[in-house]
Amino acid sequence: MTEISVNATHEYEPTFGDYVALLKPRVMSLVVFTALVGILVAPSGLHPVEAFAAILFIALGAGASGALNMWYDADIDAVMRRTAKRPVPLGRVAPGEALAIGIALSGISVVMLGLATNLFAAGLLAFTIFFYAVIYTMWLKRWTPQNIVIGGAAGAFPPMIGWAAVTGDVSVASALMFALIFMWTPPHFWALALFMKSDYDDAGVPMLTVTHGRPSTRRHILAYTVLLAPVPVWLALTSVGGPVTLAVAVALNLWFLKGAVQIWRRDEVMAEADGYKVEKAFFRFSLYYLFAHFGALLIDQALGLAGWA
Amino acid sequence: MELKPTHEVHARRFSRNFGVAVTLLGLVAVVFGLTVVKVKRSGGEMQAFDHVVRPELTEVAQ
Repeated sequence: MTEISVNATHEYEPTFGDYVALLKPRVMSLVVFTALVGILVAPSGLHPVEAFAAILFIALGAGASGALNMWYDADIDAVMRRTAKRPVPLGRVAPGEALAIGIALSGISVVMLGLATNLFAAGLLAFTIFFYAVIYTMWLKRWTPQNIVIGGAAGAFPPMIGWAAVTGDVSVASALMFALIFMWTPPHFWALALFMKSDYDDAGVPMLTVTHGRPSTRRHILAYTVLLAPVPVWLALTSVGGPVTLAVAVALNLWFLKGAVQIWRRDEVMAEADGYKVEKAFFRFSLYYLFAHFGALLIDQALGLAGWA
Repeated sequence: MELKPTHEVHARRFSRNFGVAVTLLGLVAVVFGLTVVKVKRSGGEMQAFDHVVRPELTEVAQ
């Protein structure tokens, strides 16, 4: 009698949720919101179906660059507590599969955005994916402590792409929406790096905290917050801004500056003593900061107050 | 005893296949919606009776 043995060991088969996690859905929510604002505040406007498609494919493009980032960064993601549970370091999605999904979705999102709206918007999306996956992930992230500053540009493009999807061009207002996210990114991430310290150290990512020390990082947070503050105020005075945007910009930036000054005046002993309370509060506030500014632009638009100045 | 117990891997496979199917159907719906919007905007008429005789076309041809 012949004995038949069945090898019951399977390679892990990913669920659909693993694929969704590959696209960084939390980052995508910010992309969707800012791209939506870019579309809604632009002059003229899109048919609702075109606007929906534009947001969908901008978000898909952002997801694609997230998948490419997870493919390339699987080695350092595995070391960091914050990222160790991503699908590739966990072994739920094979690296090659993440790469294939990233490339396929990049192509689909760029071509479909071009067909749904215009080639300029599609080109901007393609450049954003290239910028995040190649310039930031493959080059800057492991090479320079300014990685966050320049890499932040990738996250700043969605409202500009949304605007371009409607108008086919770039304007002062769309450039200022870009600048708002671009200048906001460094203080946001450096505050995170201050209280998630061991993570970046262990992974050997040249975060400012590792290369230049914590006091220098605190000074950088203050400097970038000072440079950030005029941007939303200027935005409030353009064709897309209004009194609500101006009020939000003044109030939130005063609050943000106050937090940055507090961070600058503290040292590690004080921070350790209260468990990085100020840094954590600053980081949490920075999340609301961006949503509030883009939300204010929408309110001004809805109330017909945009372009008041 | 169940003769063919469902292995956990089958549940995962089903989740993936179902998710991909729904996503593809969604993509078809978006492309269809975009097509309708763009054809209507360019002045084209959307007719849903392509396989019946349309006298207006024969009249134009004549």
